[in-house]
Amino acid sequence: MKIFRTLLRRELSAVFLSLTGYVIIAAVTLLTGLSFVVLVQNLGTDPSPVPVTEMFYQTYFFWLIMLLATPVITMRLFALEKASGTFETLMTTQVGDAQVVAAKFLGALIFYLVAWLPLLACLFIVRHFTQQNSALDGGAVGGMFLGIFLTGGLFLSLGCFASSLTRSQVAAAVTSFALGVSLFALGFLAAAIPSATQWQTQVIAYFNLFEQMHDFARGVVDTRTVIFYASATFLFLFLTLRVVESRRWK
Amino acid sequence: MIQVSNLTKRYAGRTAVDDISFTVARGEIVGLLGPNGAGKSTTMRVLAGFMPACSGTVRVAGFDVFHDSEEARRRIGYMPENNPLYPEMRVREYLKFRARLKGLGWKKSRERVTTVMEQCGLTDVGRRVIGQLSKGYKQRVGLADALVHEPDLIILDEPTIGLDPQQIRSVRQLIKSLAGKHTVLISTHILPEAEMMCNRMLIMFDGRVLASDTPENLQRRMAGGSQVIAEIAAPEAALNAAWEETPEVEQFDVAPSDGEFFRCALTPRDGCDLRPAIFALAQRNQWPLRELTRSRHSLEDIYLQVTKPDREELE
Repeated sequence: MKIFRTLLRRELSAVFLSLTGYVIIAAVTLLTGLSFVVLVQNLGTDPSPVPVTEMFYQTYFFWLIMLLATPVITMRLFALEKASGTFETLMTTQVGDAQVVAAKFLGALIFYLVAWLPLLACLFIVRHFTQQNSALDGGAVGGMFLGIFLTGGLFLSLGCFASSLTRSQVAAAVTSFALGVSLFALGFLAAAIPSATQWQTQVIAYFNLFEQMHDFARGVVDTRTVIFYASATFLFLFLTLRVVESRRWK
Repeated sequence: MIQVSNLTKRYAGRTAVDDISFTVARGEIVGLLGPNGAGKSTTMRVLAGFMPACSGTVRVAGFDVFHDSEEARRRIGYMPENNPLYPEMRVREYLKFRARLKGLGWKKSRERVTTVMEQCGLTDVGRRVIGQLSKGYKQRVGLADALVHEPDLIILDEPTIGLDPQQIRSVRQLIKSLAGKHTVLISTHILPEAEMMCNRMLIMFDGRVLASDTPENLQRRMAGGSQVIAEIAAPEAALNAAWEETPEVEQFDVAPSDGEFFRCALTPRDGCDLRPAIFALAQRNQWPLRELTRSRHSLEDIYLQVTKPDREELE
Protein backbone atom coordinates (compact mmCIF):
# COMPACT_ATOMS: atom_id res chain seq x y z
CA MET A 1 0.00 0.00 0.00
CA LYS A 2 2.87 2.32 0.91
CA ILE A 3 4.52 1.53 -2.40
CA PHE A 4 1.25 2.02 -4.25
CA ARG A 5 0.86 5.49 -2.75
CA THR A 6 4.41 6.38 -3.77
CA LEU A 7 3.73 5.19 -7.32
CA LEU A 8 0.45 7.09 -7.51
CA ARG A 9 2.09 10.26 -6.26
CA ARG A 10 4.75 9.91 -8.90
CA GLU A 11 2.11 9.40 -11.61
CA LEU A 12 0.20 12.48 -10.50
CA SER A 13 3.27 14.67 -10.26
CA ALA A 14 4.32 13.50 -13.73
CA VAL A 15 1.17 15.03 -15.21
CA PHE A 16 0.43 17.90 -12.85
CA LEU A 17 4.01 19.17 -12.58
CA SER A 18 4.70 19.08 -16.29
CA LEU A 19 3.77 21.16 -19.28
CA THR A 20 2.15 18.27 -21.17
CA GLY A 21 -0.44 17.87 -18.43
CA TYR A 22 -1.55 21.46 -18.74
CA VAL A 23 -1.55 21.35 -22.53
CA ILE A 24 -4.00 18.46 -22.34
CA ILE A 25 -6.14 20.29 -19.76
CA ALA A 26 -6.11 23.42 -21.96
CA ALA A 27 -7.20 21.40 -25.00
CA VAL A 28 -10.00 19.72 -23.08
CA THR A 29 -11.11 23.08 -21.72
CA LEU A 30 -11.16 24.49 -25.24
CA LEU A 31 -13.36 21.65 -26.46
CA THR A 32 -15.63 21.98 -23.41
CA GLY A 33 -15.88 25.70 -24.22
CA LEU A 34 -16.81 25.01 -27.84
CA SER A 35 -19.37 22.55 -26.63
CA PHE A 36 -20.71 25.29 -24.38
CA VAL A 37 -20.96 27.69 -27.33
CA VAL A 38 -23.09 25.20 -29.25
CA LEU A 39 -25.24 24.74 -26.16
CA VAL A 40 -25.78 28.46 -25.65
CA GLN A 41 -26.73 28.84 -29.32
CA ASN A 42 -29.30 26.07 -28.95
CA LEU A 43 -30.69 27.63 -25.79
CA GLY A 44 -30.91 31.00 -27.51
CA THR A 45 -33.05 29.85 -30.42
CA ASP A 46 -35.96 28.02 -28.87
CA PRO A 47 -36.94 26.79 -25.43
CA SER A 48 -35.69 23.27 -24.78
CA PRO A 49 -37.52 20.61 -22.80
CA VAL A 50 -34.38 18.57 -22.03
CA PRO A 51 -31.92 19.15 -19.17
CA VAL A 52 -28.79 21.13 -19.98
CA THR A 53 -26.57 18.13 -19.16
CA GLU A 54 -28.32 16.15 -21.87
CA MET A 55 -27.58 18.81 -24.44
CA PHE A 56 -23.89 18.65 -23.60
CA TYR A 57 -23.36 15.04 -24.40
CA GLN A 58 -25.02 15.43 -27.78
CA THR A 59 -22.40 17.84 -29.10
CA TYR A 60 -19.54 16.55 -31.23
CA PHE A 61 -17.02 18.18 -28.96
CA PHE A 62 -18.06 16.13 -25.97
CA TRP A 63 -17.22 12.89 -27.75
CA LEU A 64 -14.12 14.41 -29.25
CA ILE A 65 -12.81 14.88 -25.72
CA MET A 66 -13.72 11.30 -24.84
CA LEU A 67 -12.08 9.81 -27.89
CA LEU A 68 -9.07 12.11 -28.28
CA ALA A 69 -8.04 13.05 -24.75
CA THR A 70 -7.95 9.53 -23.35
CA PRO A 71 -5.32 8.15 -25.79
CA VAL A 72 -3.20 11.24 -25.22
CA ILE A 73 -3.40 10.87 -21.44
CA THR A 74 -2.54 7.18 -21.46
CA MET A 75 -0.02 6.99 -24.30
CA ARG A 76 3.00 7.76 -22.13
CA LEU A 77 2.12 5.46 -19.23
CA PHE A 78 4.07 2.37 -20.27
CA ALA A 79 5.47 3.31 -23.67
CA LEU A 80 7.61 6.15 -22.35
CA GLU A 81 9.00 4.09 -19.49
CA LYS A 82 9.84 1.29 -21.88
CA ALA A 83 11.48 3.63 -24.39
CA SER A 84 13.60 5.44 -21.81
CA GLY A 85 14.52 2.27 -19.94
CA THR A 86 13.06 3.39 -16.63
CA PHE A 87 10.67 0.45 -16.89
CA GLU A 88 13.63 -1.74 -16.01
CA THR A 89 14.62 0.28 -12.94
CA LEU A 90 10.98 0.42 -11.89
CA MET A 91 10.31 -3.30 -12.17
CA THR A 92 13.51 -4.29 -10.35
CA THR A 93 12.41 -2.59 -7.12
CA GLN A 94 9.96 -4.13 -4.69
CA VAL A 95 6.91 -3.12 -6.75
CA GLY A 96 4.42 -5.69 -7.93
CA ASP A 97 3.17 -5.70 -11.50
CA ALA A 98 -0.44 -5.19 -10.40
CA GLN A 99 0.55 -2.21 -8.26
CA VAL A 100 2.19 -0.53 -11.22
CA VAL A 101 -0.81 -1.08 -13.51
CA ALA A 102 -3.27 0.08 -10.83
CA ALA A 103 -1.26 3.19 -9.95
CA LYS A 104 -0.83 4.21 -13.57
CA PHE A 105 -4.52 3.71 -14.34
CA LEU A 106 -5.69 5.53 -11.23
CA GLY A 107 -3.30 8.41 -11.88
CA ALA A 108 -4.62 8.76 -15.42
CA LEU A 109 -8.21 8.57 -14.19
CA ILE A 110 -7.70 11.31 -11.60
CA PHE A 111 -6.05 13.54 -14.17
CA TYR A 112 -8.87 12.85 -16.63
CA LEU A 113 -11.54 13.80 -14.09
CA VAL A 114 -9.70 17.01 -13.20
CA ALA A 115 -9.62 17.89 -16.89
CA TRP A 116 -13.42 17.59 -16.95
CA LEU A 117 -14.02 20.02 -14.09
CA PRO A 118 -14.50 23.08 -16.35
CA LEU A 119 -17.73 21.41 -17.50
CA LEU A 120 -19.10 21.96 -14.02
CA ALA A 121 -18.32 25.67 -14.37
CA CYS A 122 -20.29 25.75 -17.63
CA LEU A 123 -23.30 24.29 -15.90
CA PHE A 124 -23.04 26.89 -13.12
CA ILE A 125 -22.89 29.66 -15.72
CA VAL A 126 -26.04 28.37 -17.38
CA ARG A 127 -27.83 28.34 -14.04
CA HIS A 128 -26.60 31.78 -13.12
CA PHE A 129 -27.84 33.42 -16.32
CA THR A 130 -31.05 31.48 -16.83
CA GLN A 131 -31.81 31.77 -13.14
CA GLN A 132 -33.44 28.39 -13.24
CA ASN A 133 -32.36 25.96 -10.58
CA SER A 134 -33.58 23.10 -12.74
CA ALA A 135 -30.64 23.74 -15.05
CA LEU A 136 -28.38 22.22 -12.44
CA ASP A 137 -30.37 19.29 -11.21
CA GLY A 138 -28.23 17.30 -8.77
CA GLY A 139 -29.27 13.94 -10.17
CA ALA A 140 -28.60 14.87 -13.76
CA VAL A 141 -25.20 16.39 -13.01
CA GLY A 142 -24.25 13.46 -10.80
CA GLY A 143 -25.40 11.00 -13.46
CA MET A 144 -23.51 12.86 -16.12
CA PHE A 145 -20.27 12.80 -14.15
CA LEU A 146 -20.79 9.14 -13.33
CA GLY A 147 -21.15 8.58 -17.08
CA ILE A 148 -18.02 10.59 -17.78
CA PHE A 149 -16.19 8.63 -15.10
CA LEU A 150 -17.30 5.21 -16.33
CA THR A 151 -16.90 5.87 -20.06
CA GLY A 152 -13.57 7.56 -19.45
CA GLY A 153 -12.42 4.68 -17.26
CA LEU A 154 -13.16 2.26 -20.08
CA PHE A 155 -11.34 4.37 -22.66
CA LEU A 156 -8.40 4.91 -20.30
CA SER A 157 -8.10 1.19 -19.67
CA LEU A 158 -8.03 0.68 -23.46
CA GLY A 159 -5.25 3.27 -23.54
CA CYS A 160 -3.30 1.55 -20.76
CA PHE A 161 -3.52 -1.69 -22.68
CA ALA A 162 -2.36 -0.06 -25.92
CA SER A 163 0.52 1.69 -24.15
CA SER A 164 1.72 -1.52 -22.53
CA LEU A 165 2.00 -3.17 -25.93
CA THR A 166 4.58 -0.86 -27.42
CA ARG A 167 7.52 1.38 -26.66
CA SER A 168 6.37 4.07 -29.08
CA GLN A 169 4.02 6.68 -27.67
CA VAL A 170 2.61 7.47 -31.11
CA ALA A 171 1.80 3.82 -31.75
CA ALA A 172 0.16 3.63 -28.32
CA ALA A 173 -1.99 6.70 -28.98
CA VAL A 174 -3.04 5.52 -32.43
CA THR A 175 -3.86 2.01 -31.20
CA SER A 176 -5.97 3.23 -28.30
CA PHE A 177 -7.71 5.77 -30.53
CA ALA A 178 -8.55 3.03 -33.01
CA LEU A 179 -9.82 0.75 -30.22
CA GLY A 180 -11.87 3.59 -28.72
CA VAL A 181 -13.45 4.63 -32.02
CA SER A 182 -14.26 1.01 -32.89
CA LEU A 183 -15.96 0.55 -29.55
CA PHE A 184 -17.87 3.77 -29.99
CA ALA A 185 -18.91 2.89 -33.55
CA LEU A 186 -20.10 -0.53 -32.43
CA GLY A 187 -23.10 1.14 -30.83
CA PHE A 188 -24.28 2.44 -34.18
CA LEU A 189 -24.02 -0.98 -35.75
CA ALA A 190 -27.59 -1.84 -34.84
CA ALA A 191 -28.89 0.86 -37.16
CA ALA A 192 -26.63 -0.37 -39.92
CA ILE A 193 -27.89 -3.96 -39.78
CA PRO A 194 -31.53 -3.81 -40.68
CA SER A 195 -32.17 -7.53 -40.41
CA ALA A 196 -30.74 -7.91 -36.92
CA THR A 197 -32.56 -10.37 -34.77
CA GLN A 198 -33.80 -9.67 -31.32
CA TRP A 199 -30.77 -10.95 -29.40
CA GLN A 200 -28.33 -9.30 -31.77
CA THR A 201 -29.88 -5.89 -31.22
CA GLN A 202 -29.86 -6.52 -27.50
CA VAL A 203 -26.17 -7.41 -27.40
CA ILE A 204 -25.23 -4.45 -29.56
CA ALA A 205 -27.32 -2.17 -27.36
CA TYR A 206 -24.98 -2.91 -24.47
CA PHE A 207 -22.16 -1.46 -26.49
CA ASN A 208 -24.09 1.67 -27.42
CA LEU A 209 -22.02 4.16 -25.46
CA PHE A 210 -23.91 7.07 -26.96
CA GLU A 211 -27.32 5.88 -25.78
CA GLN A 212 -25.93 4.94 -22.37
CA MET A 213 -24.53 8.42 -21.98
CA HIS A 214 -28.01 9.68 -22.83
CA ASP A 215 -29.36 7.85 -19.77
CA PHE A 216 -26.58 9.09 -17.53
CA ALA A 217 -27.08 12.68 -18.68
CA ARG A 218 -30.77 12.46 -17.74
CA GLY A 219 -29.75 11.17 -14.35
CA VAL A 220 -30.86 7.62 -15.06
CA VAL A 221 -28.37 5.11 -13.69
CA ASP A 222 -28.90 1.55 -14.85
CA THR A 223 -26.98 -0.98 -12.77
CA ARG A 224 -26.49 -3.20 -15.79
CA THR A 225 -24.70 -0.39 -17.60
CA VAL A 226 -22.52 0.34 -14.58
CA ILE A 227 -21.54 -3.31 -14.36
CA PHE A 228 -20.88 -3.43 -18.09
CA TYR A 229 -18.49 -0.47 -17.90
CA ALA A 230 -16.77 -1.65 -14.74
CA SER A 231 -16.23 -5.17 -16.04
CA ALA A 232 -15.00 -3.99 -19.45
CA THR A 233 -12.56 -1.64 -17.70
CA PHE A 234 -11.31 -4.46 -15.49
CA LEU A 235 -10.98 -6.73 -18.49
CA PHE A 236 -8.63 -4.31 -20.23
CA LEU A 237 -6.69 -3.62 -17.03
CA PHE A 238 -6.31 -7.35 -16.60
CA LEU A 239 -5.03 -7.65 -20.17
CA THR A 240 -2.59 -4.82 -19.43
CA LEU A 241 -1.36 -6.70 -16.39
CA ARG A 242 -0.85 -9.80 -18.48
CA VAL A 243 1.20 -7.82 -21.00
CA VAL A 244 3.33 -6.33 -18.22
CA GLU A 245 3.85 -9.81 -16.80
CA SER A 246 4.59 -11.22 -20.24
CA ARG A 247 8.29 -10.31 -19.96
CA ARG A 248 8.44 -13.21 -17.49
CA TRP A 249 7.36 -15.84 -19.97
CA LYS A 250 8.15 -14.29 -23.33
CA MET B 1 26.32 -14.21 -2.74
CA ILE B 2 25.48 -15.06 -6.34
CA GLN B 3 25.08 -18.59 -7.57
CA VAL B 4 24.38 -18.96 -11.24
CA SER B 5 24.00 -22.46 -12.55
CA ASN B 6 23.40 -23.44 -16.15
CA LEU B 7 21.73 -20.15 -16.98
CA THR B 8 20.43 -19.97 -20.53
CA LYS B 9 18.49 -17.09 -22.04
CA ARG B 10 17.13 -17.15 -25.56
CA TYR B 11 15.44 -14.31 -27.36
CA ALA B 12 13.34 -15.07 -30.38
CA GLY B 13 15.69 -17.17 -32.48
CA ARG B 14 18.89 -16.05 -30.79
CA THR B 15 20.71 -17.43 -27.76
CA ALA B 16 22.01 -14.49 -25.75
CA VAL B 17 23.35 -16.46 -22.80
CA ASP B 18 24.32 -20.05 -23.32
CA ASP B 19 24.46 -22.35 -20.30
CA ILE B 20 26.71 -20.31 -18.02
CA SER B 21 27.58 -21.05 -14.40
CA PHE B 22 29.54 -18.99 -11.91
CA THR B 23 29.53 -17.98 -8.28
CA VAL B 24 30.44 -14.76 -6.59
CA ALA B 25 31.40 -14.66 -2.92
CA ARG B 26 30.27 -12.00 -0.47
CA GLY B 27 32.36 -8.82 -0.58
CA GLU B 28 33.94 -9.52 -3.95
CA ILE B 29 34.09 -6.98 -6.75
CA VAL B 30 33.65 -8.94 -9.93
CA GLY B 31 33.98 -7.59 -13.43
CA LEU B 32 31.94 -9.04 -16.25
CA LEU B 33 34.10 -8.39 -19.25
CA GLY B 34 33.24 -8.90 -22.86
CA PRO B 35 32.58 -7.22 -26.17
CA ASN B 36 29.18 -5.79 -27.03
CA GLY B 37 26.64 -8.53 -27.57
CA ALA B 38 28.50 -11.04 -25.43
CA GLY B 39 25.48 -11.45 -23.12
CA LYS B 40 26.63 -9.28 -20.22
CA SER B 41 23.52 -7.13 -20.03
CA THR B 42 21.22 -10.10 -20.42
CA THR B 43 22.97 -11.91 -17.57
CA MET B 44 22.60 -8.83 -15.40
CA ARG B 45 18.93 -8.38 -16.25
CA VAL B 46 18.24 -11.95 -15.22
CA LEU B 47 20.26 -11.47 -12.01
CA ALA B 48 18.34 -8.29 -11.20
CA GLY B 49 15.04 -10.16 -11.55
CA PHE B 50 13.79 -8.16 -14.52
CA MET B 51 13.25 -11.20 -16.65
CA PRO B 52 13.57 -14.91 -15.98
CA ALA B 53 16.00 -17.34 -17.48
CA CYS B 54 14.86 -19.85 -20.07
CA SER B 55 16.57 -22.54 -18.06
CA GLY B 56 18.95 -22.78 -15.14
CA THR B 57 18.73 -21.14 -11.74
CA VAL B 58 20.02 -17.91 -10.31
CA ARG B 59 20.21 -17.40 -6.57
CA VAL B 60 21.10 -14.17 -4.85
CA ALA B 61 21.82 -14.37 -1.13
CA GLY B 62 20.15 -17.77 -1.19
CA PHE B 63 16.93 -16.54 -2.79
CA ASP B 64 15.90 -17.64 -6.25
CA VAL B 65 15.48 -14.49 -8.34
CA PHE B 66 12.42 -15.89 -10.04
CA HIS B 67 10.54 -17.76 -7.32
CA ASP B 68 11.52 -15.51 -4.40
CA SER B 69 11.79 -12.50 -6.64
CA GLU B 70 10.78 -9.93 -4.05
CA GLU B 71 13.20 -11.16 -1.39
CA ALA B 72 16.01 -11.28 -3.93
CA ARG B 73 15.22 -7.84 -5.34
CA ARG B 74 15.25 -6.37 -1.84
CA ARG B 75 18.92 -7.32 -1.65
CA ILE B 76 19.94 -6.04 -5.07
CA GLY B 77 20.80 -2.53 -6.21
CA TYR B 78 20.68 -2.51 -9.98
CA MET B 79 21.75 0.18 -12.40
CA PRO B 80 20.83 -0.82 -15.96
CA GLU B 81 22.69 0.04 -19.12
CA ASN B 82 22.54 3.74 -20.07
CA ASN B 83 21.38 4.57 -16.55
CA PRO B 84 17.72 5.45 -17.19
CA LEU B 85 16.33 8.22 -14.95
CA TYR B 86 13.26 10.46 -14.93
CA PRO B 87 14.67 13.66 -16.45
CA GLU B 88 11.93 15.92 -15.11
CA MET B 89 12.47 15.04 -11.46
CA ARG B 90 14.85 16.70 -9.03
CA VAL B 91 17.77 14.69 -7.68
CA ARG B 92 16.61 14.50 -4.08
CA GLU B 93 13.02 13.94 -5.05
CA TYR B 94 14.01 11.11 -7.37
CA LEU B 95 16.18 9.37 -4.79
CA LYS B 96 13.45 9.64 -2.19
CA PHE B 97 10.93 8.21 -4.64
CA ARG B 98 13.27 5.32 -5.36
CA ALA B 99 13.94 4.73 -1.66
CA ARG B 100 10.20 4.54 -1.01
CA LEU B 101 9.71 2.12 -3.90
CA LYS B 102 12.36 -0.06 -2.37
CA GLY B 103 10.27 -0.32 0.76
CA LEU B 104 12.07 2.15 3.03
CA GLY B 105 9.97 4.02 5.55
CA TRP B 106 9.49 7.75 5.41
CA LYS B 107 12.09 8.65 8.00
CA LYS B 108 14.52 5.94 6.96
CA SER B 109 14.36 6.98 3.33
CA ARG B 110 15.16 10.58 4.24
CA GLU B 111 18.19 9.46 6.22
CA ARG B 112 19.44 7.14 3.55
CA VAL B 113 18.98 9.68 0.76
CA THR B 114 21.08 12.19 2.68
CA THR B 115 23.76 9.55 3.28
CA VAL B 116 24.01 8.35 -0.30
CA MET B 117 23.97 11.89 -1.62
CA GLU B 118 27.00 12.64 0.52
CA GLN B 119 28.63 9.37 -0.48
CA CYS B 120 28.16 10.08 -4.19
CA GLY B 121 28.94 13.80 -4.03
CA LEU B 122 25.43 14.93 -4.90
CA THR B 123 24.74 17.19 -1.93
CA ASP B 124 25.22 20.36 -3.97
CA VAL B 125 22.88 19.35 -6.77
CA GLY B 126 20.02 17.96 -4.66
CA ARG B 127 17.55 20.51 -5.92
CA ARG B 128 18.64 20.44 -9.56
CA VAL B 129 16.49 18.83 -12.25
CA ILE B 130 18.06 15.55 -13.39
CA GLY B 131 17.65 16.32 -17.10
CA GLN B 132 19.89 19.36 -16.76
CA LEU B 133 22.76 17.60 -14.99
CA SER B 134 26.00 16.61 -16.68
CA LYS B 135 26.45 12.98 -17.60
CA GLY B 136 28.86 12.43 -14.72
CA TYR B 137 26.33 13.66 -12.20
CA LYS B 138 23.57 11.60 -13.78
CA GLN B 139 25.75 8.53 -13.42
CA ARG B 140 26.23 9.34 -9.75
CA VAL B 141 22.48 9.69 -9.33
CA GLY B 142 22.16 6.20 -10.81
CA LEU B 143 24.77 4.88 -8.41
CA ALA B 144 23.14 6.61 -5.45
CA ASP B 145 19.87 4.97 -6.48
CA ALA B 146 21.51 1.55 -6.57
CA LEU B 147 22.92 2.14 -3.06
CA VAL B 148 19.97 3.79 -1.38
CA HIS B 149 18.39 0.70 0.21
CA GLU B 150 21.75 -0.68 1.42
CA PRO B 151 21.65 -3.74 -0.81
CA ASP B 152 24.02 -6.66 -0.30
CA LEU B 153 24.61 -6.95 -4.01
CA ILE B 154 25.15 -4.08 -6.41
CA ILE B 155 24.84 -4.73 -10.12
CA LEU B 156 26.16 -2.01 -12.39
CA ASP B 157 25.83 -2.34 -16.14
CA GLU B 158 28.62 -0.33 -17.80
CA PRO B 159 28.81 2.37 -15.13
CA THR B 160 31.56 4.40 -16.77
CA ILE B 161 30.43 4.38 -20.38
CA GLY B 162 30.32 7.78 -22.04
CA LEU B 163 32.05 9.67 -19.23
CA ASP B 164 35.12 11.88 -19.55
CA PRO B 165 38.38 10.68 -17.91
CA GLN B 166 37.88 12.84 -14.83
CA GLN B 167 34.38 11.52 -14.27
CA ILE B 168 35.50 7.95 -14.92
CA ARG B 169 38.06 8.34 -12.18
CA SER B 170 35.58 9.60 -9.65
CA VAL B 171 33.06 6.87 -10.48
CA ARG B 172 35.79 4.23 -10.19
CA GLN B 173 36.85 5.55 -6.83
CA LEU B 174 33.28 5.47 -5.67
CA ILE B 175 32.90 1.86 -6.77
CA LYS B 176 36.18 0.89 -5.13
CA SER B 177 35.00 2.46 -1.89
CA LEU B 178 32.07 0.02 -1.87
CA ALA B 179 34.37 -2.97 -1.56
CA GLY B 180 33.99 -4.98 1.61
CA LYS B 181 30.57 -3.67 2.58
CA HIS B 182 28.86 -4.73 -0.62
CA THR B 183 29.30 -7.35 -3.27
CA VAL B 184 29.63 -5.64 -6.62
CA LEU B 185 29.14 -6.99 -10.12
CA ILE B 186 30.23 -4.61 -12.88
CA SER B 187 30.09 -5.10 -16.60
CA THR B 188 32.51 -3.37 -18.92
CA HIS B 189 34.23 -3.88 -22.20
CA ILE B 190 37.33 -1.99 -21.13
CA LEU B 191 40.02 -4.30 -19.81
CA PRO B 192 42.12 -1.79 -17.82
CA GLU B 193 38.98 -0.67 -16.08
CA ALA B 194 38.14 -4.17 -14.93
CA GLU B 195 41.75 -4.67 -13.87
CA MET B 196 41.69 -1.52 -11.80
CA MET B 197 38.44 -2.12 -9.96
CA CYS B 198 37.88 -5.82 -9.70
CA ASN B 199 39.15 -8.69 -7.57
CA ARG B 200 38.06 -11.10 -10.22
CA MET B 201 37.12 -11.00 -13.88
CA LEU B 202 34.67 -13.13 -15.78
CA ILE B 203 35.31 -12.98 -19.47
CA MET B 204 32.20 -13.47 -21.56
CA PHE B 205 32.09 -14.05 -25.25
CA ASP B 206 29.21 -15.15 -27.42
CA GLY B 207 26.98 -15.95 -24.44
CA ARG B 208 29.52 -18.08 -22.60
CA VAL B 209 31.95 -17.49 -19.75
CA LEU B 210 35.38 -18.23 -21.18
CA ALA B 211 37.59 -17.44 -18.22
CA SER B 212 37.21 -16.53 -14.60
CA ASP B 213 40.25 -15.44 -12.65
CA THR B 214 41.97 -12.57 -10.89
CA PRO B 215 43.32 -9.86 -13.19
CA GLU B 216 46.90 -10.82 -12.23
CA ASN B 217 46.43 -14.46 -13.13
CA LEU B 218 44.79 -13.64 -16.41
CA GLN B 219 47.59 -11.25 -17.22
CA ARG B 220 50.13 -13.98 -16.37
CA ARG B 221 48.35 -16.48 -18.55
CA MET B 222 48.53 -13.99 -21.36
CA ALA B 223 52.14 -12.98 -20.73
CA GLY B 224 53.34 -15.94 -22.82
CA GLY B 225 52.50 -14.04 -25.94
CA SER B 226 53.50 -10.56 -24.85
CA GLN B 227 56.31 -8.61 -26.39
CA VAL B 228 58.99 -6.33 -25.02
CA ILE B 229 59.94 -3.26 -27.02
CA ALA B 230 63.43 -1.79 -26.49
CA GLU B 231 64.93 1.16 -28.33
CA ILE B 232 68.70 1.02 -28.13
CA ALA B 233 71.46 2.95 -29.93
CA ALA B 234 73.97 0.28 -30.93
CA PRO B 235 75.36 -1.34 -34.09
CA GLU B 236 72.70 -3.51 -35.68
CA ALA B 237 74.93 -6.54 -35.90
CA ALA B 238 75.84 -6.29 -32.21
CA LEU B 239 72.17 -6.17 -31.27
CA ASN B 240 71.31 -9.16 -33.41
CA ALA B 241 74.16 -11.09 -31.87
CA ALA B 242 73.17 -10.11 -28.36
CA TRP B 243 69.57 -11.36 -28.80
CA GLU B 244 70.85 -14.56 -30.36
CA GLU B 245 72.89 -15.20 -27.25
CA THR B 246 70.13 -14.49 -24.76
CA PRO B 247 68.35 -17.81 -24.09
CA GLU B 248 65.14 -16.18 -22.79
CA VAL B 249 64.46 -14.52 -26.14
CA GLU B 250 62.39 -16.73 -28.34
CA GLN B 251 61.94 -14.37 -31.27
CA PHE B 252 63.30 -10.98 -32.11
CA ASP B 253 62.96 -8.30 -34.73
CA VAL B 254 65.39 -5.39 -35.06
CA ALA B 255 64.28 -2.43 -37.16
CA PRO B 256 66.05 0.91 -37.59
CA SER B 257 64.44 3.82 -35.80
CA ASP B 258 65.49 7.48 -36.15
CA GLY B 259 69.15 8.39 -35.65
CA GLU B 260 71.37 5.69 -34.26
CA PHE B 261 68.51 3.94 -32.51
CA PHE B 262 67.11 0.55 -33.37
CA ARG B 263 63.72 -0.65 -32.33
CA CYS B 264 63.83 -4.25 -31.06
CA ALA B 265 60.63 -6.26 -30.64
CA LEU B 266 61.39 -9.29 -28.45
CA THR B 267 59.21 -12.23 -27.63
CA PRO B 268 60.18 -13.89 -24.33
CA ARG B 269 60.22 -17.62 -23.72
CA ASP B 270 57.77 -19.01 -21.12
CA GLY B 271 56.36 -15.66 -20.17
CA CYS B 272 59.39 -14.45 -18.23
CA ASP B 273 60.11 -10.76 -17.86
CA LEU B 274 62.95 -9.71 -20.19
CA ARG B 275 63.24 -6.13 -19.05
CA PRO B 276 65.91 -6.43 -16.32
CA ALA B 277 68.08 -8.50 -18.64
CA ILE B 278 67.81 -5.90 -21.42
CA PHE B 279 68.63 -3.09 -19.06
CA ALA B 280 71.67 -4.98 -17.76
CA LEU B 281 72.82 -5.64 -21.33
CA ALA B 282 72.59 -1.97 -22.30
CA GLN B 283 74.41 -0.95 -19.17
CA ARG B 284 77.18 -3.48 -19.70
CA ASN B 285 77.85 -2.29 -23.25
CA GLN B 286 77.17 1.35 -22.41
CA TRP B 287 74.50 1.51 -25.13
CA PRO B 288 72.06 4.39 -24.73
CA LEU B 289 68.58 2.95 -23.94
CA ARG B 290 65.62 5.29 -24.42
CA GLU B 291 62.61 3.03 -24.25
CA LEU B 292 61.83 -0.23 -22.56
CA THR B 293 58.21 -1.37 -22.47
CA ARG B 294 56.25 -4.54 -22.25
CA SER B 295 53.29 -4.36 -24.56
CA ARG B 296 50.15 -4.93 -22.50
CA HIS B 297 47.57 -7.27 -23.81
CA SER B 298 44.58 -5.77 -25.41
CA LEU B 299 41.24 -7.32 -24.67
CA GLU B 300 41.24 -8.65 -28.18
CA ASP B 301 44.35 -10.71 -27.47
CA ILE B 302 42.75 -12.17 -24.41
CA TYR B 303 39.64 -13.12 -26.33
CA LEU B 304 41.75 -14.70 -28.98
CA GLN B 305 43.74 -16.54 -26.36
CA VAL B 306 40.75 -17.85 -24.44
CA THR B 307 38.78 -18.78 -27.52
CA LYS B 308 41.71 -20.59 -29.12
CA PRO B 309 41.24 -24.08 -27.59
CA ASP B 310 37.70 -24.15 -28.95
CA ARG B 311 38.85 -23.30 -32.40
CA GLU B 312 41.41 -26.05 -32.34
CA GLU B 313 38.78 -28.51 -31.25
CA LEU B 314 36.70 -27.48 -34.20
CA GLU B 315 39.44 -28.05 -36.70
